Amino acid sequence: MTDPINLIAEWLRGLLAGWGLSSGLVIFIMTLLGVVVTAAFVLLMDVFLVWVERKVVARFQDRLGPNRLGPFGLIQPLADVIKLLIKEDITPIGADRVVYNIAPILALATVLVLWSVIPLSPTVLGADINVGVLFIVAAGAIGTLGIIMAGWASNNKYALIGAFRMVAEIVAYEVPMVIALMVPVILARSMSIGEIVQRQTIWYIVLAPVAALVFLITAIAELGRAPFDLSEAESEIVAGFHIEYTGMKFGMFYAGELLHALTMGALFASFFLGGWRGPFAEQVPILGVFYLFLKAFFIYWVIMWVKYSLPRIRIDHLMEFSWKFLTPLILAVVMITALLDKLLGEPGTLIYTLGMLVANLIVVWITLTLLRTYFRLERKRVGEERPVAAPDLTPAARIERTS
Amino acid sequence: MIPLSYYLIFAAGLFSIGLFGVLARKNAIAILIGIELMLNAVNVNLVAFWRYRTPGMIAGQVFTVIVLAVAAAEVAVGLALFISIYRRRDTIAADQIDLMKW
Amino acid sequence: MMTVSLIVFLIVALITLGSALMVVIARNLVHSALWLVLTLFGVAILFGLLQAGFLAVVQVVIYIGAISILIIFAIMLTRRIASDTGPRFNENWGWALGISLMMFAALVWVIVSWPGFHVQAQPLDARFEPVVELGKALVSPNGYVLPFELASVLLLAALIGAIVIAWERKPEGR
Repeated sequence: MTDPINLIAEWLRGLLAGWGLSSGLVIFIMTLLGVVVTAAFVLLMDVFLVWVERKVVARFQDRLGPNRLGPFGLIQPLADVIKLLIKEDITPIGADRVVYNIAPILALATVLVLWSVIPLSPTVLGADINVGVLFIVAAGAIGTLGIIMAGWASNNKYALIGAFRMVAEIVAYEVPMVIALMVPVILARSMSIGEIVQRQTIWYIVLAPVAALVFLITAIAELGRAPFDLSEAESEIVAGFHIEYTGMKFGMFYAGELLHALTMGALFASFFLGGWRGPFAEQVPILGVFYLFLKAFFIYWVIMWVKYSLPRIRIDHLMEFSWKFLTPLILAVVMITALLDKLLGEPGTLIYTLGMLVANLIVVWITLTLLRTYFRLERKRVGEERPVAAPDLTPAARIERTS
Repeated sequence: MIPLSYYLIFAAGLFSIGLFGVLARKNAIAILIGIELMLNAVNVNLVAFWRYRTPGMIAGQVFTVIVLAVAAAEVAVGLALFISIYRRRDTIAADQIDLMKW
Repeated sequence: MMTVSLIVFLIVALITLGSALMVVIARNLVHSALWLVLTLFGVAILFGLLQAGFLAVVQVVIYIGAISILIIFAIMLTRRIASDTGPRFNENWGWALGISLMMFAALVWVIVSWPGFHVQAQPLDARFEPVVELGKALVSPNGYVLPFELASVLLLAALIGAIVIAWERKPEGR
């Protein structure tokens, strides 16, 4: 009774086989059921996320948040859904109808497919493909495409500018993100996420804190959340790429964004916080699901914390932060990790763990020292006296100007 | 099971479509897209031959990876050229970029 | 004999070829690029069918995530000609069509006429891990380390070249 999900699956499989269906068809039906159940569960979670987001932002802003409908306002998201569903569905004149309608589907679907490779518990894993890490990057790439399609098909300047900004941002932050993901791959010697979680007897956040931090930052950038929310900067371009969308099409972008945040939390948990690992998770697999969501919601909360605490940063600073700071830093970390992995021998020993941790701390110290030196020089440069520009009032200069 | 020739015919079709795009389209970016189609046809061939003829050797996949790198480099430089040309000449129609010096 | 993989192959191949055709004949360049994305995705599925899962994912990451997005960006930056009103083909398109069809016919004739092309795939060795083998082959001195390094240098050169070419030089004295 410790593994109800697989128990039900076994029972269903037996039932279907009992009806005389061929084994191929049974596998097909079971896979389809698995997909439907997972997607439905995650989407239901998504409705709940609306409530979580509103309550947490209310706390950060010293408000109450939704509290009228149901206990603690729990029915509020359902009301939101009904509101979105009955709104008028507008397609602007001059929009590219087909592309316009595909874009929100892509935006939500690319988030949903990520759940197919996240191990929910030791026994529940959608697809244990040996290139799981790259699969995540690939899904992100198609998500980018959804955004650019939305921006272009809306036939709206703000939407196009929003899409441009978003794509530039995602492309810039995808580079350090992929390199940061290489660190757990090196530590686990596998690109399959199930394998990475399986090998985390010690959480990788201990072995690779810098990579974890970089992954978190780039994940927030990939989500397009504050402080990286230039794509939908309200004060500049109204709503960015989804400006023209109404009703449930907008709802799909919104749901995709919220779910993406939770998915990033689950991915972070799988890569650096041990995924489903926790006390008794191996004996009672259903506990693994609980632990995974606990960790995912914690990271989701951190992401919200960052979002509602920091102001938006300027686009050139955003680009510089990725290309001039994160990318060199994480490249150095990957090289050090690979080198130490060769030198320190088998993972799991105390010396391996300590070596990795100390190396990371040294990298952090060097980075902070360099940054401190740089900003000290920068302050000196900005603060020093400079000649004030004054017009040259001699007659010769005046003639030269007018001629 | 699928015989090798199906993949090869598919690749031949993709290659010919790409070739038509390269030869017939006016816009330089469209020509670049045609080249991408041709490179993809080559990749399909390489992987299919790896799978059917020498599944124990990895050479086919290695070649595909290198073709991918070349394609990425080619697109980066090609598009930079087109944007540069567009800034000076206000066109990227391939038959209007006909002056050696401007 | 129709197996599931054959049916999947036929559907994917037809969709891919159809979208490739749309890439070439679409009037709007952005549509052309979006059809290209579908084509590339179909090729990725074919890689998956050929049990080259790594290449399938890399195809999506590089071709769709980088190359297509770059192409769409370039199309939008050269926006005035994106919705080109003039003819989309040059005056030689008849010749082009003829050459392409002849090319296709010749290739198909070669493929059909030699029986060596009709082999069936042997099942892969269970211990054979394509990703591990590929990784080893790319960096081992007995394998392909030199082409790999050359490709890296090429990418670096392309990176620098693209920046230099697309650099917008500000006019002097402003």
